[in-house]
Amino acid sequence: MTDTKTTPPALQDEGGLFSRFLRATEIDTRLLGMFGALLLIWVGFHIFPGLRTFVYALSGVVFQGQGTWADTGALLNPLTIWDGGVFLTPRNLWNLSVQTSSIGIMATGMVLVIITRNIDLSVGAIVGVTAMIMGLTQVEWLPPLLGLGNPFIWIITGIIGITLGACIGAFHGWLIAYRGIPSFIVTLGGLLIWRGAAFLSASGRTISPVDTTFQLLGGGPYGTVGEVGSWIVGAIACAAILWMLYASRQSRKNYGFPLRPIWAEIFMAAVGCGLVLGAVLLVNAYPWPKGILEQYFGRLGQPVPEGVFISHGFAIPVLIMLSVAIGMTLLMTRTRFGRYVFAIGGNPEAAALSGIDVKWMTLRIFALMGALAGLSGIVASARLNSATNALGMLDELYVIAAAVIGGTSLAGGIGTIYGAILGALVMQSLQTGMVLIGFDSAVQQIVVGGVLVFAVYLDNLYRKKAK
Amino acid sequence: MMGQDMTQRTDAPLVELRDIHISFGGIKAVDGVSVDLYPGEVMGLLGHNGAGKSTLIKCLSGAYQADQGEIYINGERATIRNPRDARAYNIETIYQTLALADNLDAASNLFLGRELTTKSGMLDDAGMEAETRKIMKTLNPNFKKFKVPVSALSGGQRQSVAIARAVHFNAKILIMDEPTAALGPQETQMVADLIGELKKQGLGIFLIDHDIHAVKQLCDRASVMKNGQLVGTVKVDDVSEDDLLGMIILGKKPAHLAA
Repeated sequence: MTDTKTTPPALQDEGGLFSRFLRATEIDTRLLGMFGALLLIWVGFHIFPGLRTFVYALSGVVFQGQGTWADTGALLNPLTIWDGGVFLTPRNLWNLSVQTSSIGIMATGMVLVIITRNIDLSVGAIVGVTAMIMGLTQVEWLPPLLGLGNPFIWIITGIIGITLGACIGAFHGWLIAYRGIPSFIVTLGGLLIWRGAAFLSASGRTISPVDTTFQLLGGGPYGTVGEVGSWIVGAIACAAILWMLYASRQSRKNYGFPLRPIWAEIFMAAVGCGLVLGAVLLVNAYPWPKGILEQYFGRLGQPVPEGVFISHGFAIPVLIMLSVAIGMTLLMTRTRFGRYVFAIGGNPEAAALSGIDVKWMTLRIFALMGALAGLSGIVASARLNSATNALGMLDELYVIAAAVIGGTSLAGGIGTIYGAILGALVMQSLQTGMVLIGFDSAVQQIVVGGVLVFAVYLDNLYRKKAK
Repeated sequence: MMGQDMTQRTDAPLVELRDIHISFGGIKAVDGVSVDLYPGEVMGLLGHNGAGKSTLIKCLSGAYQADQGEIYINGERATIRNPRDARAYNIETIYQTLALADNLDAASNLFLGRELTTKSGMLDDAGMEAETRKIMKTLNPNFKKFKVPVSALSGGQRQSVAIARAVHFNAKILIMDEPTAALGPQETQMVADLIGELKKQGLGIFLIDHDIHAVKQLCDRASVMKNGQLVGTVKVDDVSEDDLLGMIILGKKPAHLAA
């Protein structure tokens, strides 16, 4: 790596400008890197089919004498390649957002667990067992009591699922904190135990279909907030971004701390609101497919109007994930609880000597993780419209991978919620992308595994450099 | 204990540790030790590594609990089960390891466990930072790194964070466990000045140290421990450095005092 020493001065100036920009906007370079990686993955998958067609044609010309060079060359036209892609379409990105929700919800909790130097291998199994119990609750236990389709069924079911998850998590946390069993062992045992319990709860049956209102929590064409709803969500989000920037500036002013340059504030506001509005436009650009339109208007007893365009808008599970992410971010950055999580991760002994009840905190962190797994169980089973004992299988690995790719340090003390969500998005993008271009599941596993290891390696390099 | 006879004071001691026993798996780390501390006094605790001085003092700071023995604070029986109880008695400790969360910044460490919050119950980070800047201005004016994790600070800077945390919250009793072990000469002087200042304000300070010279300079009295037992308590002005050394190594009080 001798190149770095002989970098021309011009480049260094540019770097200086860039780092000045980063300092002024206080953007985390790691966050920027993750966005870059995500973009690379997205564009890569999008142009892959077009490039593949070209390579096939090329090999045809060269080795078999089929087709002409001119035709093959024409396949390299960037427009053709771009138009041939299916990844960067509203439909795929919408699906991607829904598929990310379940893992994303749990990844936010896993951040806390890993920051405090623990691990939770049982989250997938908790998804399974809570989904099964919720399936039984809403399909077999409640309807005879309340009547089929009673509007309270989904609420009671959801509360039962989240509470059950929290109780299981709290029990794990108790074993870890008060009985001194390592979290790896407790949750490895939990993985087996709760998966077994999920099977036993309904003797291995699949419970289906779930309550119709409950089903909306999983997304699907009806499980969305629609075009207007999405604009309202977007407007609220933009207002919140502007208010946060303003409030933080005010508070810096009050204490006489150095302020960001005003152009940096405007830049941050523009980027934040731009991302939000872009997301709204995207989800609104994905219309209901013909089948759903026919079903919808059929129920109303009307013919499908000519040229009708009904947008999906944000899917409910995505909004659930975003709400969880915002709530967890507030918890981690603005409350004592979050501060103590970081303190315990940084130095458990110091935390205890500062009067923090480390055991009680550990129990609560695992309970929270369990509750989020329960919530994830709601989303996953609602999306599938059924509860099976295999639901959430291997989720623990994807959740841990998401948190770690998102910058959570396994050594403890470091991690962010937005990182975990982005990590989940990276994982899901890889999977979805590989399915779209037709890699089989064995190759998918290899790629995902490789990416995980490579991402952590890159992170190590980054941290060393940042020090 | 006969040692106290020559240090008679009429006012009540701030802290009295009476006949403290602490053992770990059959090993008597502290074996029937009694020490006391008066307001405005610096009490040195001397002894070899493993003599039990840190263990003894940890039952006052709440990190350990004594198996047997009593703690009196301002003449009243005190129960200290954990560091929070100790803080409630205005006992603050600066640990040898500093006990800082390396991943948090100075303000977060300073207020750890006692965070300032806004009306809505959220952390008031700006308020804590402002307060920290104020404290540091008097304690260590060279301190400038408020935004970085304390892992990025020098030994002296970390020490000032630990000291700031101990003295900011109206400490009445301060425990310092080798506060100058990791410091350069200038910073050591800073700590010495601070001890003098706190003494004037009427705090009682337990100072655990290896440096006999420093103990002679800073302390009013010193208790020497060996193998978990108290060798004796002396006024530092009555003894020479060699006398103290003799107490530490041989476990015997100097001849002119033992009589």
